[in-house]
Amino acid sequence: MTVSLSRSFNRAASRLARATVVASGLVLASTFAASAQQVTVAVTSIVEHPALNAVRDGIKDSLEKAGYTEGDNLEFVFETAQGQPAIAKQIADQFVGEEADVLVGISTPSAQALISTGTQIPIVFSAVTDPVGAGIVPTMDPAGGNVVGISDLSPVAAQIALIGKLVPDVKSIGIVANPGEDNSRTLVALARAAALEQGFEIYVAAANSTSQVYQATQFLVDRVDAIYVPTDNTAAAAIESLISVANSRKIPVISAETSQVEAGALAAAGFNYYDVGVETGDLVVSILNGANPGELASSTVQRTELYLNARAASALGITLSDDVLASAKEVIR
Amino acid sequence: MSLFAFFGAVELGLIYAPLAIAVLLSFRILHFPDLTVDGSFPLGSAVAAASIVGGLDYITATILACCAGAIAGFITAYLNQRFGILHLLASILTMVASFSVILRIMGRPNLPLLNQVTLLTPFATLGDNLGISPLYSKSLAALFIVIIVASLVVALLYTEWGVVMRGVGENPKMARANGIRTKNVIYAGMALSNALAALSGALFAQWVGFADATLGAGTIIYGLAAVIIGESLLRPRGMWLAVIACMGGMILYRVAIAVALNVDAIGLKPSDLNLVTATIVVLALILPKTTWHRQIKTMLSRGRDA
Repeated sequence: MTVSLSRSFNRAASRLARATVVASGLVLASTFAASAQQVTVAVTSIVEHPALNAVRDGIKDSLEKAGYTEGDNLEFVFETAQGQPAIAKQIADQFVGEEADVLVGISTPSAQALISTGTQIPIVFSAVTDPVGAGIVPTMDPAGGNVVGISDLSPVAAQIALIGKLVPDVKSIGIVANPGEDNSRTLVALARAAALEQGFEIYVAAANSTSQVYQATQFLVDRVDAIYVPTDNTAAAAIESLISVANSRKIPVISAETSQVEAGALAAAGFNYYDVGVETGDLVVSILNGANPGELASSTVQRTELYLNARAASALGITLSDDVLASAKEVIR
Repeated sequence: MSLFAFFGAVELGLIYAPLAIAVLLSFRILHFPDLTVDGSFPLGSAVAAASIVGGLDYITATILACCAGAIAGFITAYLNQRFGILHLLASILTMVASFSVILRIMGRPNLPLLNQVTLLTPFATLGDNLGISPLYSKSLAALFIVIIVASLVVALLYTEWGVVMRGVGENPKMARANGIRTKNVIYAGMALSNALAALSGALFAQWVGFADATLGAGTIIYGLAAVIIGESLLRPRGMWLAVIACMGGMILYRVAIAVALNVDAIGLKPSDLNLVTATIVVLALILPKTTWHRQIKTMLSRGRDA
C-alpha cells in the first residue's frame, strides 16, 4: 500500500511541477542527455573569480586531453552560486535532478551542497583547503564513499621561508585575509606557526569583503616589512588594490598563487590554480573510465613552482640572487 | 527543470518561509525597516550548528538559535528606541556586529553538519519507513515545521497582544494615547521577528548540512521579495492570508531561481543568473496586471477545447 501511495504521490507531484513550469511562462528545454554515448560532467563553484575559473578551465582541458570533447561526447555544465550558499544548494539539486555522470564542487560550500543532496552520483571536490575538517571526506585516503577530490592547501611554511630568503632584514610579515573564509582560517593558523618557528612577527588584517582589502592593506603597510597573500578568495579578487597600496610604500608582496606575480607581486611559490583543475580533471576522467571514487585517494596539489617579478624587484630595490633566479620557473621582466 | 530541482526549490522556500514571516512582521506590521535579518539568519545557523556539534540535541539547538536571533532583534530595537539611533542604522550595526559573533560562536567560518543527527533525521527515518522518497520527505518535514510555526504566529497576531502590536505599527501616536507602552511592544515584536529569521537559519544548517559565515548576504532581499511577490499575487486581506502569501512568495522566488538556473538552454552565461531571476519575478508580478493575460488565458482554454 505504501508503494502505491508513494507512486500516486509521485505522479501528483510531477504534474504539479510541470504545471508550475508552464505557469511561469518560461518553458525551457533541458539541455542534458542529448545522445546515448554522451557523458555529462556538471561543475559548480561558489563565485566567479580568476583562480576558481582557472580550476574550471583546467578540468575542461584535462577532459579534452583524455578524449572527452565538449559537444561531441561530453556535456560540460557550469554554474556559479554568485557567492550565495543557498543558491549553491539549488544548483546541487539541479545537477542531481539532471542525473549528471560526475559532479564537481569547486570550493567548500559548493562541495558541501553537493554532498548534502545525499546522491550516489560520484562527487569530485576541488580547491577545498581542509576537506576533512569541512566534513566532505572522512579521510584523505580512499574513503569508500562516492566522494574524492583535490585540496588546495598550500605549502605555507615554505612560502614564509621564501619571504626571509628574498627580502633582506625582514622582521614582520602582514597577511590580508577574510575571517569568513574557512580556507583562510587554516592558512593563517599555519602561517602563524611557521612565522613563530622562523622568528618573524605576524600581523593579520581582516577584510570581510573585497572593498575592504584596500583599507586592510593600508593598515598593514605602516607595520610590516613584507605582505604574504594566502589563497584567500577575497584577497585574490582584490589583489590589484592590495599590490598598489603595498608597492606605493615599497613593501614587497609574496603570494601563494603564481597568477598574482603577473599582477605585480614580487614572487609566488605555489601552484597555479589551472594545475589544481587539471589534477581534478584527471580524477573525473578516471571515474568516467570506470574507477570507483571510493577506492581513489584525495590529495593535495603536487606541482608547486616559483614565479618571480624582476620589474617589481627593481622598483622595490631588491636584488634577486642568481641561484634564486635559476630556481624560478618563470621570471617576469 | 527536473523534479529534484523543483522539490529542492520548494524545500528551500519552506526553509526560508519563517524569514518571510519575519520580514512581514518588521516591515509590514511594525513598520520598522529592519536589516538585522542579514545577521540573525546566519546567527541562527551558527548557533544551531555549534550546539549540535558541541553535543546538544537538535531541539535545544534550534531553540537556542531562536533565542540568539531574538537577542539580536532586541538589540536593534533597543538601540533605536532607547538611544534614538535611526532604525536602518541600528539594524545595520547589529547586522555587522553579528558577523564577528558568528565567527566566535563557530570558532571557524564554516561548520559542517553532514552526518550529524539533526531535526531532519527523525523525519527522514519516518519517510523511509513509509516508503516516501527522500526527495519529498525533506520538503514535507520542512512543511510540517513551517505549518506549526506559521499557525503559532497567526494565533499570536489574533490575540489581544497581537492586535496591540498591529496597532502600534499602524499608528504609534494613537497607541500611546491609549496607554500602550509602545517601546515594549516594539522590543517584543522585533525579538519575535529576528527569532523567526534565526529559525530559518537553523533549519538551513540542518537541512542543507552546513553553517557558513557568508550565509547572510542578501537575506533581507529574499525576505522583501517574498513579501512583495505574495502581496502582489494574492492581495491578502487579514493576517492569515498575509502570512500564507509571504510564504508562498518565498517558494515562488526559489522556484524562479531554479528556472533561471536553466539559463544556458537559452544561450545565456551562468553569471546572468541574477538578471534572469529578477526578470522572472518581474514577469510574475506584472503578468496578472496586463490586459493581454486574459487573451492568453482565452487562447489556452480554446486550445484545450480543440
